[in-house]
Amino acid sequence: MFDFLEGYDVLGAFWTTVQLTVFSGVGSLVWGILLAGMRVSPVPLMRGFGTAYVNIVRNIPLTIIILFTSLGLADIFGVTMGAEDFKIQGFRLAVLGLIAYTAAFVCEAIRSGINTVPLGQAEAARAIGLSFSQTLRLIVLPQALRSVIGPLANVLIALTKNTTVAAAIGVAEAATLMKTMIENEAQTVAIGAVFALGFVVLTLPTGLLLGWLGKRLAVKR
Amino acid sequence: MSSVLYDTPGPRARTRNVVLSVVFFVLLGLVLWWAAMKLDDKGQWAWALWKPFTTSEAWTTYLLPGLGNTLKAAALSMVIALPLGAIFGIARMSDHRWVRIPAGVVVEFFRAIPVLLLMLFAGEFYVRSTDIPSDSRPLYAVITGLVLYNASVLAEVVRAGILSLPKGQTEAAYAIGLRKGQTMAGILLPQAVTAMLPAIVSQLVVIVKDTALGGVMLQFTDLLNARSTLAANYANVIQSFAVVAVLYIVLNFLLTSFASWLEGRLRRSTRGTGAVLGAGTVEDLNAGEVGGSAPAGKTG
Repeated sequence: MFDFLEGYDVLGAFWTTVQLTVFSGVGSLVWGILLAGMRVSPVPLMRGFGTAYVNIVRNIPLTIIILFTSLGLADIFGVTMGAEDFKIQGFRLAVLGLIAYTAAFVCEAIRSGINTVPLGQAEAARAIGLSFSQTLRLIVLPQALRSVIGPLANVLIALTKNTTVAAAIGVAEAATLMKTMIENEAQTVAIGAVFALGFVVLTLPTGLLLGWLGKRLAVKR
Repeated sequence: MSSVLYDTPGPRARTRNVVLSVVFFVLLGLVLWWAAMKLDDKGQWAWALWKPFTTSEAWTTYLLPGLGNTLKAAALSMVIALPLGAIFGIARMSDHRWVRIPAGVVVEFFRAIPVLLLMLFAGEFYVRSTDIPSDSRPLYAVITGLVLYNASVLAEVVRAGILSLPKGQTEAAYAIGLRKGQTMAGILLPQAVTAMLPAIVSQLVVIVKDTALGGVMLQFTDLLNARSTLAANYANVIQSFAVVAVLYIVLNFLLTSFASWLEGRLRRSTRGTGAVLGAGTVEDLNAGEVGGSAPAGKTG
């Protein structure tokens, strides 16, 4: 019944999808926190940069960003990401593009979390003489991050689905393999179902686990 | 210039801010300078590569038809997905379990799957099972994929919109003797649609961005696809990327601004219940459900 799967590395393709998700997830969390820090910082230039970055990146299709990493960054600017192999280069460029895009959404999620921290927290921190970076690092961000686990889980799920866009530059992940398979095999519906199920399996536990964690860790007010 | 996170800067803080500004400016400048130098090395600043965009040919042959197709696909998807989404959203709130559960499964299923997979599948399905002419097949595939995905997202928007209305609306409708169907069609849905307008416009931005997938993966002749044809003709990859990116940014920025203007207007309005679903709701709904709970309607 499942003989159409023979000769195709479906698990390998989904493993690439998972790797894309994990690397881009970690990268965009770091870059997103930095951007959020810039957006609330006392330095006007950094605030402006953060705002401009988020507004520009959120309004560009991810497809353009991913395509540009390959046709622009790699071909014209010569950014090879330290890879000699074309496949590895494609993977790393896709991760770079996904980080650049997803970080804008991470930044906005964290910024909305910062807004949920009661004013008194930051005021008390300033009253005992903490600087901006101390207030942000020690008082506000720890509370904000705990309250945005839910929204960040949403960003992570969207990222998992967005990794399929890496197919645009030929990264051998799930969507690329599905395209090859439905073009070459007869059982279109069965193949579609297998890949759909794969993504349900990837996204459903993430949502449930992080949703549960978010409820547990949220600061009770 | 002051915020709750920091005091109004005194002399020392002002100096520190200036130093940080300068350091940041230099870093940013270095990156931009590196990029400009790289472009210069490859001769990318040559006027010949930018000139096509000042001629009408590039616009009338490539960019405007591409933009038109992008808008056409986005508008058609929205028009088809909206009623479908309303049906599924209302079905999910049905009192009958045999309606509620299947509708819920369908909505959650299509929201969990990447829209690219839906497009690819639809494209292949049309090739094998229908006789739609091959030149309009990509448009059908793109619209099918977008409709399946966005109808399920809009179903959640509709549900959140109806849940965001005060309970008194339903109770008052029942009190004057309206049936369930009459309450939904006459009382709840009209108010929910108003509350949903900003969320619907925000979802249009998501749709416009997703049409670009069809341009690369399904040879749909949208704006992004027109870019590659144009770049192949004039050999100006970077320049065409820049122009097309600006077009997308302007288009989506207009839609985003329109959404937040609508949101503000609805929040200020003294008529109605003041329930509004903003752009934030849309972002949460596009990702998928977290924890399996009903989306909280953000009431204003």
